[in-house]
Amino acid sequence: MAKISLTVNGRAVTANVDPRTLLVQFLREQLRLTGSHVGCDTSQCGACVVHLDGKAVKSCTTLAVMADGHEVVTIEGLAPDGAALHPMQQAFYEHHGLQCGYCTPGMIMTAVDLVQRKGHELSEQTIRDELEGNLCRCTGYQNIVMAIAAGAKAMAPGGAA
Amino acid sequence: MYPFKYHRPATVRQAANLLAKHEEARPIAGGHTLLPVMKQRLAAPPHLVDLSHIEGLGEIAMQGRALMIGAAATHAEVAGSATVQAAIPALAELAAEIGDPAVRHRGTIGGSLANNDPAADYPAAVLALGATIVTSKRRLKADQFFQGLFTTALDPDEIITKIMLPLPKKAAYCKFRNPASRYALVGVFVAKRPGDVRVAVTGAGADGVFRLSAAEAALQKRFHSKMLGGLHVAADGLTSDLHGSAAYRAHLIAVLTRRAVEAAQARPDKVAAQPAALEPVS
Repeated sequence: MAKISLTVNGRAVTANVDPRTLLVQFLREQLRLTGSHVGCDTSQCGACVVHLDGKAVKSCTTLAVMADGHEVVTIEGLAPDGAALHPMQQAFYEHHGLQCGYCTPGMIMTAVDLVQRKGHELSEQTIRDELEGNLCRCTGYQNIVMAIAAGAKAMAPGGAA
Repeated sequence: MYPFKYHRPATVRQAANLLAKHEEARPIAGGHTLLPVMKQRLAAPPHLVDLSHIEGLGEIAMQGRALMIGAAATHAEVAGSATVQAAIPALAELAAEIGDPAVRHRGTIGGSLANNDPAADYPAAVLALGATIVTSKRRLKADQFFQGLFTTALDPDEIITKIMLPLPKKAAYCKFRNPASRYALVGVFVAKRPGDVRVAVTGAGADGVFRLSAAEAALQKRFHSKMLGGLHVAADGLTSDLHGSAAYRAHLIAVLTRRAVEAAQARPDKVAAQPAALEPVS
């Protein structure tokens, strides 16, 4: 077992893990943060995307021990303790950017990362290119793309959803 | 995934010692090849040596007339580096097109080279640019480094520390992506260097990345896509699989080589690296 200390959604966490524990397993099974999903488990689908030190990563392809000393934010960390939804979550809600919802946490974490890197005015093509690592098998991405464009604007200082 | 012992060395020397000491130990940086392979139980290293805590292993800087990229630099760091964008824009563009954004945040240049996947993008750049791969033991020329599918000159206890890339006058990378996996079905990197022209092909070779000597010879005379009019790429030695026949890949090589040369020609000529003076390519 290895002892790890990290920050998850702003809270300090210390735990003992088997080194082969994936970050997503640790989050879901030990911390009971089940918002991050395991879809493909092969780093293709993006349902498990969380932020590691502010950057979108696939938590199914990261070891929990490699997050030791780092900062993790999951979908639960975007609107903590039942606070108002994050602007990107609100945009997915308003634009119906989901059907079954399985891919949604990863989509939203990827979208927030995208806005942090590329700003608030995102072209449709940019959004579609950036979603290369997030698969949705229900919709056709149309509403997801609309939601991200709207959420990006809403995330701007003073922006409205 | 089978259990393993996890090690976290603070220096390259410590890491190399751990690899030497434990048979079948494997280094891990971003883990974006090794972890999927371990999950499939295709690899079961009893020891993992984590390189991600070694200070300075991901540094990017100009060193004399060469661009130095630390082995642990992620694809996103290479793509976003103003130094790389100014020195070898084709390399920044290549890095920006590897995998997807989340993969680019974790995957590293050293890991990609050490793995030498036949469809990886970096090997084509490193081979065409005539880079030197610096390891914990020695310096390896790109031509010696790649030795076939998933095979390199690296010893089991040898760690890539940095890649030294001499600056080309012009360079460009063109790839044709598999529409489903988005991996390069064929990728061609063309580099017009101060003394010669080098062309390297990934995705197509049955033995992995290789140089396209016929195109190099033609472009040596004059670096222009017109020189490739008579270029015939033989299908011998190329991969044939469900994604494309060897003949199809041969055809793609010729097309992409021409496109890469055209893309390189369209860039302004470059004498020396002046990172601050050139517009970054987004």
